[in-house]
Amino acid sequence: MNGELKVGIEFEHAAQGLGESTLKEIDRAIARYPRKESALLPALWLAQQEQGFCSLEAQKQIAEKIGVSPAFVAGVVSFYTMFHTRPVGRHVVDLCTTVSCWLRGSDDLLSQLERKLGIKAGETTRDGRFTLRTVECLGSCGTAPMCQINEDYHEDLTFKKIDTILDGLK
Amino acid sequence: MGALTEKVLTRNLHHADQPDIDAAVGRGAYRQLARALTMERDAIVEEVKKSGLRGRGGAGFPCGLKWTFMPKDSPKPRYLVVNCDESEPGTFKDRLLIERDPHMCLEGFLISAYAMRASLIFIYIRGEFVLGHNTLARAIEQARAKGYIGGNVLGSGWDIDVILHRGAGAYICGEETALMESLEGKRGYPRLKPPFPASYGVYGNPTTINNVETLCCVPFILERGSAWFAGIGREKNTGPKLYCLSGHVKRPGVYEAEVGIPFMRLFGELGGGLLDPKRKLKAVIPGGSSAAVMTASECDDLPMDFDTLMARGSMLGSAGVMVMDDSVCMVRACERVLKFYAHESCGQCTPCRVGADWIHRTVARIEAGGGKQGDLETLVSVCDGMIGKTICVFADAAALPAKSFVAKFRDEFNDHISLKTCPMRAGKA
Ligand SMILES: Cc1cc2nc3c(=O)[nH]c(=O)nc-3n(C[C@H](O)[C@H](O)[C@H](O)COP(=O)(O)O)c2cc1C
Ligand code: SF4
Ligand code: FES
Repeated sequence: MNGELKVGIEFEHAAQGLGESTLKEIDRAIARYPRKESALLPALWLAQQEQGFCSLEAQKQIAEKIGVSPAFVAGVVSFYTMFHTRPVGRHVVDLCTTVSCWLRGSDDLLSQLERKLGIKAGETTRDGRFTLRTVECLGSCGTAPMCQINEDYHEDLTFKKIDTILDGLK
Repeated sequence: MGALTEKVLTRNLHHADQPDIDAAVGRGAYRQLARALTMERDAIVEEVKKSGLRGRGGAGFPCGLKWTFMPKDSPKPRYLVVNCDESEPGTFKDRLLIERDPHMCLEGFLISAYAMRASLIFIYIRGEFVLGHNTLARAIEQARAKGYIGGNVLGSGWDIDVILHRGAGAYICGEETALMESLEGKRGYPRLKPPFPASYGVYGNPTTINNVETLCCVPFILERGSAWFAGIGREKNTGPKLYCLSGHVKRPGVYEAEVGIPFMRLFGELGGGLLDPKRKLKAVIPGGSSAAVMTASECDDLPMDFDTLMARGSMLGSAGVMVMDDSVCMVRACERVLKFYAHESCGQCTPCRVGADWIHRTVARIEAGGGKQGDLETLVSVCDGMIGKTICVFADAAALPAKSFVAKFRDEFNDHISLKTCPMRAGKA
């Protein structure tokens, strides 16, 4: 995404609110807990499921339902690495670079991935297909190196293996 | 020393249908729950105490003793929190248990909740474990349908509910009070202790928090008796234990053995030795990256138990055992360990927020060839300034391993400083 466009796009996305069915699901999440503030993380997950990220408008809607300020919600969102505050690629590739994965070659994988996708860690490809990130230990060190792509773990990686996986993702 | 001669926690993990409740019940699941519901609650707590079971989450605190801290006569709701945040680098055992045998886990959680008179169980699972989350969610629904969860469990008059709560990416939420803040819908900031969770936990109510693996031991303690459990391992270091082997080892993975299995047996016999047999063993991190690193010679005669590792200046921690061969630059390894802490500090305490980042940047600079005389002394003194001075022990968990790397591999650090490059990289080039 290039510089001039970015502001406009972010503004547009910020104004995106949640749909009826997600709002209903948030109500159900609230009802599951002894206190409604506990439903904040589940609500943000639901928002991200619908939008691919947690828009400012969604955060506002959630704040109202839970009974906290939008600033409080924003503070929570920014604390957790899995919540996105802006649109990300359709496939978020989270490569683990912590000790055990590093011992098993995650550095090489990272440079190969950066070369293949033509982006650096932290960036999204122009076509919006991939976001590449480095993350800390994902609890899969016995099958290192590994990465998570959206919800799925991919373990015992070689570049050939991940190359095939990425080529298979639209 | 009682060796473990059979599989216990892992005995059903190879059955593909084990996550299904009918298959699990066919193999004995929930039988101990039914028995427990006919027992005196305090008798269960007493059995767990006598078994010597110590927490598998990191600190090794005696489990039964912790349960007795729950106030007996408080009118407030009481909670059991299950810590399934599993984020300590090098650790991947709880994930295996919940993905492969969720009903064994639930049975352990339920018996424990009954023993401590809890009315609600929160299972806090790290956000990345999507498969584990979905497996547990399905298991909970199945157990509810069969009457193991809900009102009047198996006709006993005991009501229990289970809430599965998904985190969203933050190592610090594994710390017990940060986890509770996160459960309450806040940033995961650790709380000052005291008050401890038993008196002031989730929503300020009496709460006990345990690791998944800890609670999985409970049904077996009931089934076979505390004496059987206490006979595995050695005094105060008892029971079966899951060890996570990773790094430069031929067969990485989770291995079940007695607490105190000698490192060389774990690594050599079970793990198959080094990945590249032409290499030599150089160093081992025995208990997750918060544990002090051990040199190869320190590993020669090393029972992997709580008290031995503590006495030798490291810890069993989460039993995440990371193996490094002699191709590893220890300054670089130290940098990798510290990168994690620099990234994960919650930022509440200045010594931790500033210190974790500073020690990482300093080691990275030394690794890159920019080290100066005096750096190591400053590094150690900054580490000392982080230890024992913060709200939670995260700062210690960053500073102690850093100090251990510098102390045990000082020559390598010095070589980086005097040569202004990594000698191993220079040697290769
Ligand atoms: C920074 C930090 C991270 C922790 N992460 C975990 C974790 O991921 N899983 C866990 O079970 N315990 C973790 N713990 C330990 C918990 O605070 C707590 O002691 C443990 O869950 C208690 O269970 P146990 O007595 O059964 O071991 C962590 C502690 C600290 C200080
Ligand atoms: S020691 Fe570090 S992680 Fe723990 S509360 Fe303080 S700043 Fe947060
Ligand atoms: S170090 Fe990569 S999954 Fe643990």
